[in-house]
Amino acid sequence: MLNPDSVGRTFDGAESVTVSQSQIDAFCAVLDEKNTSVAPPTFAIRISLDQSQAILSAPEIGLDWSRLVHGDQKFDIKRPIVAGDSFTCSSTIESYRVAAGNEIVSVRSDLFSEKELVVSTWSTLVVRA
Amino acid sequence: MIEVGMKIAERVFYIDRAMLKAYADASGDQNPIHQNEEFARSVGLPNVISHGMLTMALVGKFVSDWAGSPSAVKEFSARFVKPVIVPADQKIDLTVSARVSEINDDQIKLDISATSAGVKVLGMSKAVVQK
Repeated sequence: MLNPDSVGRTFDGAESVTVSQSQIDAFCAVLDEKNTSVAPPTFAIRISLDQSQAILSAPEIGLDWSRLVHGDQKFDIKRPIVAGDSFTCSSTIESYRVAAGNEIVSVRSDLFSEKELVVSTWSTLVVRA
Repeated sequence: MIEVGMKIAERVFYIDRAMLKAYADASGDQNPIHQNEEFARSVGLPNVISHGMLTMALVGKFVSDWAGSPSAVKEFSARFVKPVIVPADQKIDLTVSARVSEINDDQIKLDISATSAGVKVLGMSKAVVQK
């Protein structure tokens, strides 16, 4: 179970993640996207889910990532991600409730390259009972 | 001329197991429910299912192509209402269409529909693109 004290709090990822052109190329290739000068709109998930997993499965927060289902997803893209961006991730647990034994957690993750907010993502994650 | 209510032509994407493997490698999401049939069934799924985020990425391609560039997509959201089920050795459809719901000075909002095998797989899917 999620530690209720963590709701409403923001946690910063420890490491920065640098985007390479080959990562963008591989993502584009799956979608048959020929324009590889920028990352496709959903590319940010590659960084934000990884980072929020690292943050939210810390023992003091206690989210059980192994039983997780993705409920919904939103992206707010200030500018497209490009190769060379080096992101730090800041995740906020915006809401938490338990319904029929399932834990429903809404997490906002902001991806910053240096001090610039590039993409915000919102994920509703359901931890199945 | 783009007007509110205008329909954007339907397009069909095809998803197979090879695409799931490629997306797993490109996204880093190696959850076995997207690759291993035995595992998927062991956790109560009917078969291997697509990554919800792959479904969303393909819809993102639909929106990018209509808008003229992936750079034009400013907001994009969806609810994962039903899984896209991907049996071995089959190409499964993802059928996407959209409708213009709002036009502002510099942005166009779209309401998006996505189905697979006739079943609605994304709910409340919306995008905002730059004109």
